[in-house]
Amino acid sequence: MMCKEATRLMSLKQDRTLTFQERLSLRLHLTMCSACRECDRQFTLLHKAGRRFDPEDDDDGP
Amino acid sequence: MKEKEDRLQRLTAVRPRLVSFALMHLRDREQAEDAVQEALVSAMEKNDTFSERSGYETWVFGILKYKILDAMRAQKRQGKWQPLDGEQDDDAIDRQFQQNGRWQEDARPSSWGEPEATFENEYFWRVFDACMIALPDNAARVFSLRELMGLSTEDICRELGIKENNCWVILHRARLRLRACIEKGWLKEETP
Repeated sequence: MMCKEATRLMSLKQDRTLTFQERLSLRLHLTMCSACRECDRQFTLLHKAGRRFDPEDDDDGP
Repeated sequence: MKEKEDRLQRLTAVRPRLVSFALMHLRDREQAEDAVQEALVSAMEKNDTFSERSGYETWVFGILKYKILDAMRAQKRQGKWQPLDGEQDDDAIDRQFQQNGRWQEDARPSSWGEPEATFENEYFWRVFDACMIALPDNAARVFSLRELMGLSTEDICRELGIKENNCWVILHRARLRLRACIEKGWLKEETP
């Protein structure tokens, strides 16, 4: 699997649970590729960034 | 009454955030202001139905979400949207990768730092907002519905009448575009 395909799985991971096969191939790729590890962190950060509009009026935690 | 006055104040305070939230979905300042106006009126009218179980602002955001979805349906009905097919090639994405699927040297992602620290930096949000505006309309709409409104891709597809696979393609591209744009704006500023 190449980086472009790996980013497809990283994106998909934010939207649905990956299948066992998908998880496995993504994990294998990530152990070998530092650029994709950063991309994976960035997608996760973008996902978290989306919650900035959640009002924090009465509950302290997420 | 004291309570009513207090809520009116809270509505005024939360209004700018409601507008920027609506703007990211609707991509039109006037329509965003209208949706917020409707939500505020509705919140005041239904004041008595607010139960203390959720926070007041959360409740108002909930009302706004329905107004935004209504407005999006109207936009779509009026033919204001480009077709939502994710099948065409996307140059902006292809530019990030080599022919063989590896990252282009100048597109390789670098670290953005710890999320907590990044989120506390106001400049990050300025870059984020600018990059959201720079996204193609459809990519921004689907991304907003997914990541800001928090709908599942299944719900988004039902809402927009597209296939789920299509939705994933659009989101993949939106995220790649956003990350490239944010990295340019964010990291450049970090190392002057």
